Amino acid sequence: MHSTDKNVTQSITQVIAASSLGTLIEWYDFYIFGSLAVIIGQQLFPSDAGASALINTLAIFAAGFIVRPFGALVFGRLGDLIGRKYTFLLTLVLMGGSTFLIGLIPSYSSIGYAAPILVLILRLVQGLALGGEYGGAATYVAEHAPVGRRGFFTSWIQTTATLGLFLSLGVIVLTKNIIGADKFADWGWRIPFLLSILLVGVSVYIRMKMHESPVFSKLKAEGKISSNPLKESFQKKANFKMVLLALFGATMGQGVIWYTGQFYAQSFLENTCRLDFNESRYILLWAILFATPFFVVFGTWSDKVGRKWIMLAGMLLGVVFYRPIYQYFIDATNVKEFEKTELKSATAPIVERGLVKDTKDSIITTTSFKTLQSGMTFKESNVIIIPDDVLAPMPEPQTIIKDVTLPRSTYITIIVLVFFQVLLVTMVYGPIAAFLVELFPTQIRYTSMSLPYHIGNGVFGGLVPFIATLVASFSGSTPLSGLWYPIGIAALSFVIGAVYIDNKGDKNVMD
Amino acid sequence: MNGLKKLLGILWMLLGPVIIAFLLMQAMDKIAASAEGVARTNTTLQWSIIILIFIPICAGLVIFGYYAWKGEYEHLPESSADL
Repeated sequence: MHSTDKNVTQSITQVIAASSLGTLIEWYDFYIFGSLAVIIGQQLFPSDAGASALINTLAIFAAGFIVRPFGALVFGRLGDLIGRKYTFLLTLVLMGGSTFLIGLIPSYSSIGYAAPILVLILRLVQGLALGGEYGGAATYVAEHAPVGRRGFFTSWIQTTATLGLFLSLGVIVLTKNIIGADKFADWGWRIPFLLSILLVGVSVYIRMKMHESPVFSKLKAEGKISSNPLKESFQKKANFKMVLLALFGATMGQGVIWYTGQFYAQSFLENTCRLDFNESRYILLWAILFATPFFVVFGTWSDKVGRKWIMLAGMLLGVVFYRPIYQYFIDATNVKEFEKTELKSATAPIVERGLVKDTKDSIITTTSFKTLQSGMTFKESNVIIIPDDVLAPMPEPQTIIKDVTLPRSTYITIIVLVFFQVLLVTMVYGPIAAFLVELFPTQIRYTSMSLPYHIGNGVFGGLVPFIATLVASFSGSTPLSGLWYPIGIAALSFVIGAVYIDNKGDKNVMD
Repeated sequence: MNGLKKLLGILWMLLGPVIIAFLLMQAMDKIAASAEGVARTNTTLQWSIIILIFIPICAGLVIFGYYAWKGEYEHLPESSADL
């Protein structure tokens, strides 16, 4: 390798490492909330809130996504005015500080509804910070990358969202295994939030040593910086039409594929298929581990064949295969059906008696741990409520299945199916940073690319777990009903992208 | 292809209001169901948030359709000078 080329590669490697570390930590901060939604729901809302607690917690989780476009506008504008470096330094500090504070919020039992309100406020700050972070990091790396290799270099930034999720799941599982499930549900869930302050400290130190983007510095030296990036991005028709195209033809579909494959899959396995807490997270961890290198594979490939068809193929495959995949999840974990013919052993039932909260009705819970011939295990609880009023009608007894663990072959099959979904994520997400960067000029790049990215990911994608869970809670719905949302959005984005997006793009980002 | 781009533009312009109307009908239906005790959860706040978010996005879809119908996407810029 020529010495100049070697220096360029070394320099960009440092740029990618420094940018990616900070972005990874921001994603980590953002995702621990989602990964702990069930436990946080129990802490923030009254203990008898039931499904409402989960839906309300997912609503707070979704609120962080919804404000991301506003963060994109505020910090994107700053990034185009004062530079990329200082803007994403600020977002990192805001994200780390708010995450740390979430870990300190007292529970509902201590401060009542002030608990969810405070968490909501901090969650909004997280969303604003993330809205400013990603566009800056992607722009910063792309503006350092050589022509013809932008897909390859920006794909490293693209791995950070998935690796941030991986890190959040890993820290959660590790903390829970070390301190035990009961302590974790009580106070241990705060540890992953508090840990963030250390990670952010390291990242701020590294980012302080970085230089400003050469493309932005040149523009600044020539006095060509935009005086009003917001106005230029959204009031100039020629640019605004590209913002709309980026949103409806690319980021909207990419967002739902991302959040279905990496969030809804785990949420579905835990809440619908009733898989054990660790089991559902291990499945996602394995899938992410094997699929993550493909961000770089598809990013590099997009330098050769163009970005468009790789991203659209990922969307189309999601539209076609989501329902069969999730149907398999349901069929493979249907323990009530398997129990009829395959029951191998069951522990002696443990009977607990008590009162239903805030009533005089009695509740009798009979719990048994069962093993099937295939090796599948689960906890089955039969709940009977006896009304205090003897004339009141007797409610139907309820059977609750929990903590399902899978036989090895099913476990591996589900890992492969989740891996396939994450592979689709790498197809749509690997090339998209380069695609967006190339769509807009330097003066208004940070602002213009951040908005469609964060509406696509924050609003369309971030709402997947929330809307899908909401739809599935309607009377008359099936567990698969929630999938119509990502399938519909991905299909719409595929059609718009296929018809309107040009595969050539503008390869010059220096203008 | 340019004819298809224009034709689909009309579809996107119609789709925006249709989505909002669909969301409003769903919201009224589900909120009423929860008030009557048919649905398992009260979802007034959630539906309000969803509708509030999707109104500007659907307006964006209508504008996108209008641009497509007017032929704005027949030729995409090949350099920043075209923007």
